[in-house]
Amino acid sequence: MKDTDIKRLLYAHLLCIFSIILSIFVPSFFLENFSILDTHLTWLCICSVFVTAGNLVLYLIVKPNASSKRSSLSYKVTRFLKCCIYFLMSCFFFHVIFVLYGAPLIELVLETFLFAVTLSAFTTVPCLCLLGPNIKAWLRVFSRNGLTSIWENSLQITTISSFIGTWLGAFPIPLDWERPWQAWPISCTLGATFGYVAGLVISPLWIYWNRKQLTYKNN
Amino acid sequence: MQKISVLLFLVWICFLFYAGIALFTSGFLLTRLELTNHSSCQEPPGPGFLPWGSQGEPRACWMDSRFSRLVLVLIDALRFDFVQPQRSNVPGETSVSLPFLGKLGSLQRILEIQPHHARLYQSKADPPTTTMQRLKALTTGSLPTFIDAGSNFASYAIVEDNLIKQLTSAGRRVVFMGDDTWKDLFPGAFSQAFFFPSFNVRDLHTVDNGILEHLYPTMDSGEWDVLIAHFLGVDHCGHKHGPHHPEMAKKLSQMDQVIQPPRGVVERLENDTLLVVIGDHGMTKNGDHGGDSEPEISAALFLYSPSALFHKAPPEEPEVVSQVSLVPTLALLLGLPIPFGNIGEVIVELFSEVEDSQPHSSALAQASALYLNAQQVSRFLHTYSAAAQDLQVTEIHRLHNLFSKASADYQRLLQSPQGAEAALQTVITELQQFLRGVRALCIESWARFSLVRMAGGAALLAAACFLCLLVSQWATSPGFYLCLVPVAWGLAGVILCAGLLAITGLKLDPVVLGAMAAVGSLVPFLWKAWPGWGSKRPLAALLPIPGPVLLFLFIRFAALFSDSFVVAEARATRFLLGSFILLLVAQLHWEGKLLPPKLLTIPRLGFSTPTAPPRHNSMQALWLGVTLLLCIRLAEFFHRCPEETPVCHSSPWLSPLASTVGGRAKNLWYGACVGALVALLVAVRLWLRRYGNLKSPEPPVLFVRWGLPLMVLGTAAYWALASGADEAPPRLRALVAGASVVLPRAVAGLAASGLMLLLWRPVTVLVKATMGTPRTRTVLTPFSGPPTSQADLDYVVPQIYRHMQEEFRDRLERNKSQGPLTVAAYKLGSVYSAAMVTALTFMAFPLLLLHAERISLVFLLLFLQSFLLLHLLAAGIPITIPGPFTVPWQAVSAWALMATQTFYATGHQPVFPAIHWNAAFVGFPEGHGSSTWLPALLVGANTFASHLLFAVGCPLLLLWPFLCESQGSGKRRQPAGNEAEARVRPEEEEEPLMEMRLRDSPHHFNTALLQLGLKYLFVLGIQILACALSASILRRHLMVWKVFAPKFIFEAMGFIVSSVGLCLGLALVMRVDGAVSSWFRQLVLAQQR
Repeated sequence: MKDTDIKRLLYAHLLCIFSIILSIFVPSFFLENFSILDTHLTWLCICSVFVTAGNLVLYLIVKPNASSKRSSLSYKVTRFLKCCIYFLMSCFFFHVIFVLYGAPLIELVLETFLFAVTLSAFTTVPCLCLLGPNIKAWLRVFSRNGLTSIWENSLQITTISSFIGTWLGAFPIPLDWERPWQAWPISCTLGATFGYVAGLVISPLWIYWNRKQLTYKNN
Repeated sequence: MQKISVLLFLVWICFLFYAGIALFTSGFLLTRLELTNHSSCQEPPGPGFLPWGSQGEPRACWMDSRFSRLVLVLIDALRFDFVQPQRSNVPGETSVSLPFLGKLGSLQRILEIQPHHARLYQSKADPPTTTMQRLKALTTGSLPTFIDAGSNFASYAIVEDNLIKQLTSAGRRVVFMGDDTWKDLFPGAFSQAFFFPSFNVRDLHTVDNGILEHLYPTMDSGEWDVLIAHFLGVDHCGHKHGPHHPEMAKKLSQMDQVIQPPRGVVERLENDTLLVVIGDHGMTKNGDHGGDSEPEISAALFLYSPSALFHKAPPEEPEVVSQVSLVPTLALLLGLPIPFGNIGEVIVELFSEVEDSQPHSSALAQASALYLNAQQVSRFLHTYSAAAQDLQVTEIHRLHNLFSKASADYQRLLQSPQGAEAALQTVITELQQFLRGVRALCIESWARFSLVRMAGGAALLAAACFLCLLVSQWATSPGFYLCLVPVAWGLAGVILCAGLLAITGLKLDPVVLGAMAAVGSLVPFLWKAWPGWGSKRPLAALLPIPGPVLLFLFIRFAALFSDSFVVAEARATRFLLGSFILLLVAQLHWEGKLLPPKLLTIPRLGFSTPTAPPRHNSMQALWLGVTLLLCIRLAEFFHRCPEETPVCHSSPWLSPLASTVGGRAKNLWYGACVGALVALLVAVRLWLRRYGNLKSPEPPVLFVRWGLPLMVLGTAAYWALASGADEAPPRLRALVAGASVVLPRAVAGLAASGLMLLLWRPVTVLVKATMGTPRTRTVLTPFSGPPTSQADLDYVVPQIYRHMQEEFRDRLERNKSQGPLTVAAYKLGSVYSAAMVTALTFMAFPLLLLHAERISLVFLLLFLQSFLLLHLLAAGIPITIPGPFTVPWQAVSAWALMATQTFYATGHQPVFPAIHWNAAFVGFPEGHGSSTWLPALLVGANTFASHLLFAVGCPLLLLWPFLCESQGSGKRRQPAGNEAEARVRPEEEEEPLMEMRLRDSPHHFNTALLQLGLKYLFVLGIQILACALSASILRRHLMVWKVFAPKFIFEAMGFIVSSVGLCLGLALVMRVDGAVSSWFRQLVLAQQR
């Protein structure tokens, strides 16, 4: 693995972080009374869209995975449709998990679902971009000794840190501080966002520091 | 022998914990007995005539009433310095900028203008300085502690004699407005009341504005004799902003307006009315209260009347009086008897004769008021010391003598009224000495934390936890049991000491004695054990818990220090448990443990798709996890709120069916409950058929076959009667009443006899003497959940001959030459867990009966989710052969978490009003008469049912991986990671040994049981340690008596129940082990013949 790879990874991640920053500041030019806390749902939508777009752009520019052998249009279309279905399924899956974890079942359905969409944008979309709609590959990446490139390594780190951020975000909810951001699901979405950003920052650094120890199966 | 020492060691560890808990409790939870005696007008407090009484006045009682009306303005947390003027004369001080100074100017003005009409005191409140305890003190005149023994835990209503009760029984109209705590304390006592919610500490204005809306109209209407207005704004402002905040100035100014003459209360007073402005406690610099620091206990007390009260001008510095002084003072001024339990001392100044200012008669009046007061206190002291022993006998004796002397002096003075004033003063001093002595005595035993004991208890708990951790590591080494000897020596030494002390007549507190015994046995143990331990391992190995589990345990530990998290513990536990389960699944996947199908416990996969991609297995594990989450989530529907608030509503399904309206809904629910019962029964029977043997002729098996359905039938019939008792036709009333007594007892009796049978013959094995390998089999469907194919149903586990032979060889050497034995024993491989599950079922049914009907659904969920959890955990536990066997920390932690989760899911909360008191009447609809232990046992069994079940079921954690082995073998491909196992069992491929592996190595088995017990005790122990530490560190916290102290009590009780259950469970396993051994012996003997 070369340093240029890591540099590319870093730039790609900076782009992702930039897309999140954009999602915070750009809407206020177009929408009145926009703020993350007050119009949280809007921000969730915008953030998911921006992050997804950022990932797609990255995918188109960087092409991290080797180009597939088949490149016919129909193959691409089916692949794209499959990706969409996977994305939707992951949204529903996250929604179910949130409800099982204690999110309200009937009230705040929209909030919960948008949160699931956002988390999917942070986790599923990069997976889809990098690995394609291939659960086998996903499972391989998220197990010990299953990595084949620094891209997968960074994907692993960002995804896990997004989940950890979400999980930690649930902790302030029962506290009696009576802050607006303690309401469901704001603290969790903020946690997910912080976790995602932290993962984006940490993973290039971590890979850089451990570049001597890291060996990937294919490289 | 080893088994006994394992049990003894666990019992000793439990004893260490108990000693720690007891020591901490004795320092932290100060208790007092509540007397229900009442003072009455007709009955004077002691011998002797009433000084002024019985002169025919209508409102005269022990003393003539001086005022007929009273306005009590209670400003919560009105610290004494809040009423002090701003002192600008001291240069260079920053006091000018303090926002709380000088805001109550109207009081100062009244004091200056009418010095004989008003007086300001600094009143000293007794800790705990929480509002409810202070209100109790301000009305009963006593020293409320956290647990007033004998009080009714189901409600906060005051049962002791109090001012409000005296007022209402004297026919006075008491009007109340303000804090709704009063509603709980004095239900139905007020002729008119305006309650406002007090729970939202951040809301500064609702209560105050509500009062102000009603205060003046009510006063003007005249429909009152006593008016109480309890303002909360100052207190809430303190909690929200602290006293040094501009908001506090605004709030105090608002209070000033309430009193201020032009429009306030003072203008509306008449000559026969007394105005009292009082703070119930103070606040710290941060605005908190609850403890005993100076700013918390010093509160303001202001008295005013339009008619002159005092004949002297006020002193420069306001006098210091104790807060409870107000009670006897008000009682006598209003012409009421002093409440029975009062230990306050009257403020004598108020009893001087103002009109005729002769010093002598004034002093006499004061003396007589004091004398009445002293008589009443003496009567109380006498009654109390007869009922409880927690006051020092010598001190009581001394005080009694003091009172006799003062009383004699007083009587002598009355005989010769012309006595000198000096003599009168002596009597007053003596009486005051007596009263103060009594108060000091009571404070000493009722109102002071013993920090030494608290610290000692916490240290002992911590040491016990540490010991658990240490020994769970060290138990595998061989010389371990020798260390029990110093323990025995230590215990014997302490017992000897205690005996000697008892002989010499020194009385020692049993709690201290227990702690001494604990330390005395702990130190020799460590002394003996440490060299062996410390030399072997580095200190890093002291923390053997893997990282993620450590994180979870730490979160659990830390969460007990936050009142919000304790209140929300039900949610937090569910969340943690859910996270833990998903973490387990993720970890299994991460470590690649899901790849070999043997470890995944769903049998179908192994057969159907031997080359299945690993994702299927991951999906199955995920499915297990998600089902578990679903169970946990479903159990949430039976949640109960710690307190009914607008944001939290308890589940309506917790109430008994009898209270539901609508016959159709009731029938449906009844059907669902009976369905849950039947499902539970069927599930257990299916499980036993699958693993154990329902065909064995052993009595416990017969009991499971026939007794369990009977128990279900009895329970269902009881529920039918209980829910429809009101609708029974009159002719059948007697029958219904009789049945509702008999049925629960019958179920409990059946369960008990089942347990007895199980203890008597715990081996549920069918022995068949056949030639060759038996292949007779029944086709069964497996227990709940995973679908299987017919080919998988190879669950009959014939025990192979190798074991017989080993037993043989061990015992009878001459049998060496014998060929293969022709004995097949069915289901020997699950003999331990079959007994465990049977015992758990027998215990679950009577416990279920104690709950409301619909909780049976939760019990079904409980069994289901523990089954799923065991399955999930078993996937991650490797079976090491021939040992040592270990139960990993994550299994134990998840088990303990699930016990807590089930505690909440069965509709419990760690607060006293949430206890299910109905449980005491199951089987005893008429009550229990005077016996208290039986209802306590029933209620306790109801409350700690989940603790008990999970603790008894704890050994299943060790046994389950062996059970799951049966499904793996026979369809094994050689998994890459399991060479060790493959090497060990090349020749026995065909038959899994399952739990017989445990028997193969009894030493490892015992060690594993000990380790399991220690780990479980550790996980529970750090919870109780956290509760103890949080209660002691946060003893000044606002919520200490509302949240932390009840949590500690519940946690301590739960720990005791759990530890007892754990020992019972382990003992059961050992009993089965012993029975299996003797069974083998018999078999071998039979073969020989």
